[in-house]
Amino acid sequence: MQKLLLLGDEAIAQAAIDAGISGVYAYPGTPSTEITEYIQKSKVAKERNIKSTWSANEKTALEGALGMSYAGKRALACMKHVGLNVAADPFMNMAITGVNGGLVILVADDPSMHSSQDEQDSRYYGKFALMPTFEPSNQQEAYDIIRFAFEYSEKYEIPVLVRVTTRLAHSRSGVQLAPIRDENENSMPKNLRQFILLPANARVQYNKLIEKQTSFEKEAEESSFNQFIEGEDKSMGIVACGIGYNYLLENFPNGCPYPILKISQYPTPRHMVEKLYNSVDKIIVIEDGYPFVEEQIRGVLDNGKEVLGRLDGTLPRTGELNPDHVARAFGIDFYEGAPVPEIVKPRPPAMCVGCSHIDSYNALNEVMEKYGDGRVFSDIGCYTLGALPPFNAINSCVDMGASITMAKGAADAGLVPAVAVIGDSTFTHSGMTSLLDAINDNSPITVLILDNSTAGMTGGQTSSAFGKIEQICLGLGVDPEHLHVIRPLKKFHAENVEIIAKEVEYNGLSVIIPTRECIQTLNRRMRQRFKDKENKSK
Amino acid sequence: MKIDIILAGVGGQGILSIAATIGLAALKNDLYLKQAEVHGMSQRGGDVQSNLRLSDKPIHSDLIALGQADLIISVEPMEALRYLPYLAKDGWVITNDQPFKNIPNYPEMEDVLAELNKISQKIIINADQIARDLESPRSANMVILGAASPFLNMDYDSLEDAIRRQFGSKGEEVVDVNINAIRAGREFALKNK
Repeated sequence: MQKLLLLGDEAIAQAAIDAGISGVYAYPGTPSTEITEYIQKSKVAKERNIKSTWSANEKTALEGALGMSYAGKRALACMKHVGLNVAADPFMNMAITGVNGGLVILVADDPSMHSSQDEQDSRYYGKFALMPTFEPSNQQEAYDIIRFAFEYSEKYEIPVLVRVTTRLAHSRSGVQLAPIRDENENSMPKNLRQFILLPANARVQYNKLIEKQTSFEKEAEESSFNQFIEGEDKSMGIVACGIGYNYLLENFPNGCPYPILKISQYPTPRHMVEKLYNSVDKIIVIEDGYPFVEEQIRGVLDNGKEVLGRLDGTLPRTGELNPDHVARAFGIDFYEGAPVPEIVKPRPPAMCVGCSHIDSYNALNEVMEKYGDGRVFSDIGCYTLGALPPFNAINSCVDMGASITMAKGAADAGLVPAVAVIGDSTFTHSGMTSLLDAINDNSPITVLILDNSTAGMTGGQTSSAFGKIEQICLGLGVDPEHLHVIRPLKKFHAENVEIIAKEVEYNGLSVIIPTRECIQTLNRRMRQRFKDKENKSK
Repeated sequence: MKIDIILAGVGGQGILSIAATIGLAALKNDLYLKQAEVHGMSQRGGDVQSNLRLSDKPIHSDLIALGQADLIISVEPMEALRYLPYLAKDGWVITNDQPFKNIPNYPEMEDVLAELNKISQKIIINADQIARDLESPRSANMVILGAASPFLNMDYDSLEDAIRRQFGSKGEEVVDVNINAIRAGREFALKNK
């Protein structure tokens, strides 16, 4: 079989195709975006007509995947860690309904918050939902685990969670492929009542889930993804989870003297941990993310053998792991390099030259000057960069859609006027219901929906909102008198300032939609058009 | 054989195209490869880097440890300095000397050059000028790759071969432009190392 050089995300996508999925359901979010993009571009996926349209948000994505599974086919759902918060409702309950066709939920965590609001560890969600959870250590294992996860899902009729972190998702390595499986045929669930979570049914299903736990534990104990590696030196035992295992091996190029338990499959293999614990003087736990396994081994009382890890400062409590952290944890001496010269300045990300958001913020800032700082609530997307100089235009970025509802709540508390700034894709992700709350109260807020006709920050994916925002607002009940579509361009600056100023002053709900395409997608489209023309003339 | 490379630049400068060429050549030489990239927020004009690791033995970590990089290849001078803690004692820095100024507090160029000149083993090259002289201003990245080529511990012909495969579908003209660029960069490095 073929060996390909793949990003972790691409290995996951290729594995899902080869596992015989019929659909991928996702909302773009770093570091998970490339999975769906790979499937969208895959020739085989096209031939097989694998469903791969972007979903409006992670919750709709996961529900779509569950529906496909209900009808007997295999589905992959992908999201970033905070996306799982949005999809938590179906996630928790699908463990109880169980599945028909194989269903795998791929969640990409972002320790160090390279492109995120927090660094939550999705393994807790797996435990919370009582769902089998996998955590590959490298790209090849990511490929193998995804394939296996679909088999596992169908064997136990359970959705399976696979968790990766940014580093694995966005790093390339050689991956050996295995033969592609056929897709499933349509089929009805064996039990047509299992998906009806009325209390009487839900209790039955929940007990089934509890009963399955013994099997899940046995699977983890016997899994080839979990390994017990003997070591001569029993003064210490090492538990290395997921990508932490690589950082460990990196530091022991000539072999590790201590016994190692490598964990890539949960529930935590209790007996393997016990075997390690009983054979060594102390334990060190190396895991990327929260101290998940470390807490389990310590227990509430933490009065057993010494456990080292993120909780006692042997490894940093926060942030992504790296080989240096692990070297220091073992007291390995290494040359730490020359310092960064003082003249080197931080270079934060910034909005692109020609970005429409720049014109929107210039107009908004001029309007808000007379009201003073602290009145603009914003959201998640490229326009969040409006928080940085020279704009300093926004005061919040919490979760998808929160700009509108936070502005409403602040206005309820007397902060009038308050303004919300949200992007088009974020608006259809989670802003529409927020806007409905504001409409129903005729809240004295002004909502700017910055429509650049794409999901910009993640690289220009199709926005579910495309061409629909004005109609959505009208349909929800925005007063047409206070709904404006404007062109965020320098030459319309004065005109735009006037419209925004009038609506901010208005004591009721207003919506302004600055509309101009993302400069990145525009450039890409123009280049493609040029290429197409050239090809035609050849 | 083992070589650890930090590629540095500013989001949008295309450091990944350099990585792609080296990667293609490495595969042809049957080397193991790991390449950690930056996607997402920082791509919007922020500082970006890629950790590229090649070896004839399996590679574990996707990240290069402090003080371990054999090479820093940078398309921007201040960005080369940002990753000095990763440079090995006997490592080389290959950098463009043309600044990308998208921040208001970019340091004085003479200070940047003074810091670069403190590095014991370096190639400082005006890749933009060389690319312009070749009438292909967009091939500056290939000039820099050429300047790095003597230090890659890899058969040079395999790099040219990689370029042919990488750009072959775009026509002979594009291939030639890039081959000329890598040759010019290599020549500069061999003369100035």
